[in-house]
Amino acid sequence: MRGALARFAARRLASMVLVLLAVSLLVFAIFNVLPGGDPAVRMAGKIPTETQVEAIREEWGFDEPVYVQYVTTMEKLFSGDLVSYFTQLNVTEEILKGAPRTFALAIGAAIIWMVFAIALGLYSAMRVGTLSDRLLTVLALIGISMPVFWLGILLSHYLGYEAGIFPTGEYVEFLDSPTQWFWHLVLPWFTLAVLFIGIYSRVLRSNILETMDEDYVRAARAKGLPERQVLLKHVLRNSLIPIVTLWGLDFGAVIGGAAILTELVFSLQGVGQYTAEAIEQLDVPAVMAVTMYGAFFIVIFNALVDIAYAALDPRIRLEGRRQA
Amino acid sequence: MSGAPLLEVRELAVSFNTEEGSVRAVDRLDLDVAPGEVLAVVGESGSGKSVTALTLMGLSRGPNTRISGSVRFDGIDLIAARDEELRRIRGERIAMVFQDPMTSLDPVYRVGDQIVEQIRAHRETSREEARSRAIELLDAVGIPDAASRADAYPHQFSGGMRQRVMIAMALSLDPSLLIADEPTTALDVTVQAQIVALLRELNRARGLSVVLITHDIGLVAEVADRVAVMYAGRVVEQGTLDEVFYDPQHPYTWGLLGSLTRIDRPRPERLPQIPGAPPSLLSPPQGCHFRPRCAHEFERCAQVPDLEARLAEAPGHLDRCWLDPVEKRERRPIEVDGS
Repeated sequence: MRGALARFAARRLASMVLVLLAVSLLVFAIFNVLPGGDPAVRMAGKIPTETQVEAIREEWGFDEPVYVQYVTTMEKLFSGDLVSYFTQLNVTEEILKGAPRTFALAIGAAIIWMVFAIALGLYSAMRVGTLSDRLLTVLALIGISMPVFWLGILLSHYLGYEAGIFPTGEYVEFLDSPTQWFWHLVLPWFTLAVLFIGIYSRVLRSNILETMDEDYVRAARAKGLPERQVLLKHVLRNSLIPIVTLWGLDFGAVIGGAAILTELVFSLQGVGQYTAEAIEQLDVPAVMAVTMYGAFFIVIFNALVDIAYAALDPRIRLEGRRQA
Repeated sequence: MSGAPLLEVRELAVSFNTEEGSVRAVDRLDLDVAPGEVLAVVGESGSGKSVTALTLMGLSRGPNTRISGSVRFDGIDLIAARDEELRRIRGERIAMVFQDPMTSLDPVYRVGDQIVEQIRAHRETSREEARSRAIELLDAVGIPDAASRADAYPHQFSGGMRQRVMIAMALSLDPSLLIADEPTTALDVTVQAQIVALLRELNRARGLSVVLITHDIGLVAEVADRVAVMYAGRVVEQGTLDEVFYDPQHPYTWGLLGSLTRIDRPRPERLPQIPGAPPSLLSPPQGCHFRPRCAHEFERCAQVPDLEARLAEAPGHLDRCWLDPVEKRERRPIEVDGS
């Protein structure tokens, strides 16, 4: 049984490598091959000089055949000495500087949104049709519809600037001051989590309601299990399986730099903010690098989700290989 | 029937409030089950059989359900019992086997663990003890290699094997009453026979009382001691297997028995059936619920006949039909063996 899961995981991780290879080809094609002017000019920044462009053309091998260009590009991307022609800073170093901030934001927010979504989804489903259920529906809709930058600015203004409860932005290194680190992240965490709490609590609510009608839930009650056990062990456990999928994908995206708006509003200087700035300045090497970085996390969390899914739902594992 | 019944249902009524109005799913239902007896509750879909079964377990309770009457199980009133009291009885003293074994086991837990879970919900036993009991039970219901199969997931069993697992689970705490709600309906015919034989054996060997809910007359003939025929929420006839099968009193029972095809007779042109459809329980007909489909309807049928003994020679044979017993025997269209 365990062996089957390990084999499944190995297969899934191998296919992940293929996907990443495809992504790298795509990134290469979009930035270096697609027509739309001289790639060396694009890469050089907004006001390049002739010598700069020539140097870049030489460095990236834009005169060489396409496959050589691909290899050169990948070497540059993965060697860690890719430099932005706009800021003259090492791109890999910049990403590595931003990654812990993005991780701190993503992990905290993900914990918050899961805890709240499970609590609210369960509560809503238990009281389906009542006033509190309807109220939560409305709140969830508001949470989903609220633009992140707007919510972030409101929170930062009223709870930060006006009330002075929380800092209005910036990131404090955990090692410098754990309490300040935490305090500075509270508003960003909630700002990012609100949308997901709204979506996840609704999805979970409907999953729970669906699961409660399952025969095995009625059978669990007929066994004389305490209601709490029926709810948590049978209803919630089965309802959470699809949520895990959602969670993995969203978490992978946020880690990969998708929380651009939250990072900007609170100027956390994470990967998302770096991405936003790179795009704004048409800093091609930086954009290429963050694209690969983001793709890596999205793909890896996709694979992890599939593996988690197989671990959570024993029916998945047997696919492809039938056991007695 | 002698001695105090194990289960005594009196005037049980269950209705559900729906958006279209109140649905009276079970109406003034009386049933008795003696210790060690198999009572078959027969009727077509929508006749209230399953609601009755769920109500006996306290599983039909809810904000939109109204339940009245009394259900006494071994001296305990199950209708008045509090939820926690009922929970202790469920699974421990009254167990239930459901229609569809494919969906009645939780797909994400090993079957052994699902039995262990039930044992530990009622008894203070260690996991290991409960597990060896679970393996013992799986073995007892005929699952080969029970010790390793206990670690398998439900999807790794066939339908018949899953129903055996369900039965093993139901037996795990040695209940005195087993409610089997269409236990063979979802199974292949050959597997059906095995499950029936298993239920019969458990009934004989353990003195387990069984309420068998079914629409399968053949199954009833094989295992039941007594039969209650339900129609549109009411019991229309009740008696021993022989009484109901060989001297049916209610026109609905005639129709039910008449719709059987017999292997020892020439095949009829068309399968016999009861004309019409069961009434909507939102607005049931006044009086006898079978009236609109009955060929023998007369004025008195506008009043509800009580479920009572109408035959001097069979005080335990009850029915809800106004027709005179002598007239019934004359009008009865079906051949009756042995009478």
